[in-house]
Amino acid sequence: MSTEAQAGHFPAMDWEGGAFPYRVGHRKLGMWLFIVSDSLTFSALLIGYSYLRASNVWPTPFPFYPSIVFSSVMTFCLLSSSLTMVFGVSASSKGDKAKARKWILLTIVFGVAFIVLHLIEWQHLLHEGLRPFYLPEHWVQVFSVNGVPPSPLFGATFFAITGLHMFHVATGAIYLLVVAARINKLKHEDVEISGLYWHFVDLVWMFVFPLIYIMSVDIGGHLAAAPH
Amino acid sequence: MSDHDAHVDEHFAGSNKLFTSIWVWLLVLTLLEIFLAYRPMQLHFMLTILLGLSLIKAFLIMAYFMHLKFERLSLILTLIPALVVCILLLLVFFPDSFRSQGLRYQYKEQPPVAPAPLEEP
Repeated sequence: MSTEAQAGHFPAMDWEGGAFPYRVGHRKLGMWLFIVSDSLTFSALLIGYSYLRASNVWPTPFPFYPSIVFSSVMTFCLLSSSLTMVFGVSASSKGDKAKARKWILLTIVFGVAFIVLHLIEWQHLLHEGLRPFYLPEHWVQVFSVNGVPPSPLFGATFFAITGLHMFHVATGAIYLLVVAARINKLKHEDVEISGLYWHFVDLVWMFVFPLIYIMSVDIGGHLAAAPH
Repeated sequence: MSDHDAHVDEHFAGSNKLFTSIWVWLLVLTLLEIFLAYRPMQLHFMLTILLGLSLIKAFLIMAYFMHLKFERLSLILTLIPALVVCILLLLVFFPDSFRSQGLRYQYKEQPPVAPAPLEEP
């Protein structure tokens, strides 16, 4: 719990000047507000995607290998990167800047691994013929329901959501690289703030992974069985 | 104004052991999701369970990794309820998506297909 509780300390005193409302610095509060607004961006995209899925015939083309295996390893990479980031912030809070830098660099390595795996995943799908507004022909055959073909917006939603997330991971990696390089000149709060951003990126993936990947698993291997 | 009023809470609560155990829980929940992906069940049921698990993971990350549990309650109350309300407002559109299911255009011919793949197999 917070350590600044005192007898007769009223919340109103936070707002009388000379204090930090919420007991965080303005930079940290700013990052939190940014995270809330970015959460809404991703929520809007994910809910828009869910709306489309609920009202259209939708393909479920992801085979266990490579799609689910790759995306599971990617999830592991991001979760591990969050852990290393938290270790880095913890080391920074104790004043151990060298150790903090090492943990942050390890976080970046996991983040880059995520991006590389994701790009390979994209390349698999693009190679099969998936485009933002076109489905591969054999998908149309396999996933039609009662003659109604599956929605070609599968590609648009997939690439938009995973692409925007990947962009966040990439900019986060660059941000962390700058923090790691300048760590001796930065305050602990700044390291903590970069940690907040990185955890947010992981948080978004916690929703993207089930909604995009797990909900589109090719149970029964229909796609593999189809001639193409 | 005493120094205490201007003091920013620098104390970083949580041991490395706690964080590692949270990480293990996140991995376990992820493996559970992947396992459930291959269980045959109704779509609504699957979606509810997946979203429930994702929310638990999200709260674990926010509370412990993002340190929110150890911040002042006023910060939590400022950030989280507004976010939840906005997401609920977005969700209001779902009944419309179910209604429009029956209004889909019935194709008389196949929709356009993808251009040729990048390389010949």
